[in-house]
Amino acid sequence: MMDTEVDRELLEKIADLVGKPVGAFNIRKDSGCDGRQSTEHIEITGKTDKAGIDIRIKDGTKGEQCHIPVIITKPGITEMVYNDFYVGTDCDVDIVAGCGIHNCGNEDSRHDGVHTFYVGKNSHVHYSEKHYGEGDGKGGRIMNPQTVVYLEEGASIQMDTVQIGGIDSTKRYTKIVCGPGAEAVITERLMTSGQQSAESDMDIVLDGADSKGRVISRSVARGTSSQRFKPCVVGNARCFGHVQCDSIIMDEARIQSVPEIAANCTEAQLIHEAAIGKIAGDQLLKLETLGLTEEEAEDCILKGFLA
Amino acid sequence: MLELNHISYSVRDEGGELGILNDISLTIPDHQLVVFTGPNGGGKTTLAKIIMGLVRPTDGQILWNGTDITALDITQRARRGISYGFQQPPRFKGITVRDLLSIASGDSNLSKDRCCQYLTRVGLCANDYLDREVDVSLSGGEVKRIEIASILARGAELMIFDEPEAGIDLWSFARLTETFEQIHAGGKSTMIIISHQERIISLADEVLVVGAGAIQHRGTPEEILPKILADTLGSCPVMTKGGDGK
Repeated sequence: MMDTEVDRELLEKIADLVGKPVGAFNIRKDSGCDGRQSTEHIEITGKTDKAGIDIRIKDGTKGEQCHIPVIITKPGITEMVYNDFYVGTDCDVDIVAGCGIHNCGNEDSRHDGVHTFYVGKNSHVHYSEKHYGEGDGKGGRIMNPQTVVYLEEGASIQMDTVQIGGIDSTKRYTKIVCGPGAEAVITERLMTSGQQSAESDMDIVLDGADSKGRVISRSVARGTSSQRFKPCVVGNARCFGHVQCDSIIMDEARIQSVPEIAANCTEAQLIHEAAIGKIAGDQLLKLETLGLTEEEAEDCILKGFLA
Repeated sequence: MLELNHISYSVRDEGGELGILNDISLTIPDHQLVVFTGPNGGGKTTLAKIIMGLVRPTDGQILWNGTDITALDITQRARRGISYGFQQPPRFKGITVRDLLSIASGDSNLSKDRCCQYLTRVGLCANDYLDREVDVSLSGGEVKRIEIASILARGAELMIFDEPEAGIDLWSFARLTETFEQIHAGGKSTMIIISHQERIISLADEVLVVGAGAIQHRGTPEEILPKILADTLGSCPVMTKGGDGK
């Protein structure tokens, strides 16, 4: 586990892991298991019918973490992985996922993953997922993650996704179905550069009375990269939904932002906002008057925007 | 010491060359508090921006502590001790008040106590504001006060404030004038304040009335305030006529 410098760097980048993780974990490396540990309250088992794992979290589990990073260090790997999370009732847990690809070859490396969460009554899940690519090979670094979440009554999820850089192509799909009183908060941070492309589709379905859904998407597109966002919030009951997409566009990049709200109930209250713009000149000037160079000011603005 | 020698600034438009500033020369000794006042569109902000490097003069020379800084950019001037508080400060998504004060101070680990000192001097409580983003969730007055706090955190040798009172409520304004008095009494910084407020003008060592691209009057507040009043009434034909009424 964590045999090489590349492994260690990738794991630190995507999961803030330094050394052996505390608590339950499963490290997937080059389509194999590179380490696994269950705890008294969190059991991780391998699937027998397809690639992936099942994570079962016992009722009442609180304050525990579960790390399930994926790293690909060899070129030419293409994998499809299914991870299912069964979270009991009255839990409060942190789940740290993420995928790092180091590709020094000429063949594409590709990770497709489907994470499905079944979150029990009154449980809270904080789910974070970082994606990162590196390596000087000509082979593409491709990731297509899908996250599907079913929230039972009073359950909630805070989902933070970050694509730090180095991913040539990504198509992300997120679906969250909220039961009565359930709440989903999704923050998405994305940076593309060069010729990279990124697409992110979301369906937040507010099925239960008094459910809430909030999407905050911030992105930066540089070079000739392209991005497309299509978050959709559907209100089927008395509920509140808010979609906010902000993008900074630079160089010759292209961004398409299509927030959508749909109400199927008169008591649904749904709002969407979307903005695309370049870095404002007065922001750069202000930071320059504080002693930053133009480049430093630009980095500072982007870092803050994506923080 | 700041010296401006024969500063001119003009722009080209369809009608030809339009002079914004015409051959302005002035010297501001160290640790003075100087107020630029005068009618809107008279050239005060342009003159202040020329000192910071935000606007390049079409002619003339700027000396700061004896060094010609005319060709230096904004960053270079900032690093030589010049700072500028904007009249309408920009907002930043994702950058918190603490971040901004840290950048301004040049100390990435700026303590909460230090932040608190700067914010208190502009009438804000650190507990309420430090972790807030300097974005549209803040009111115009709040952003303005944070802007002034950033200049205090910068602690530069030359502080330029463009209409610091604009958008600030009466109570905060009283606190702000106290802060300017304290900085002035501290004797470490030279201050240029663009203002129309009598209370701020009265703090100045020297007042410059900038109008029609030139320095029209300069002197102590006692000398200048009556002139401003006379000019204001004198320039209005209705007021003059009605005022005379005889």
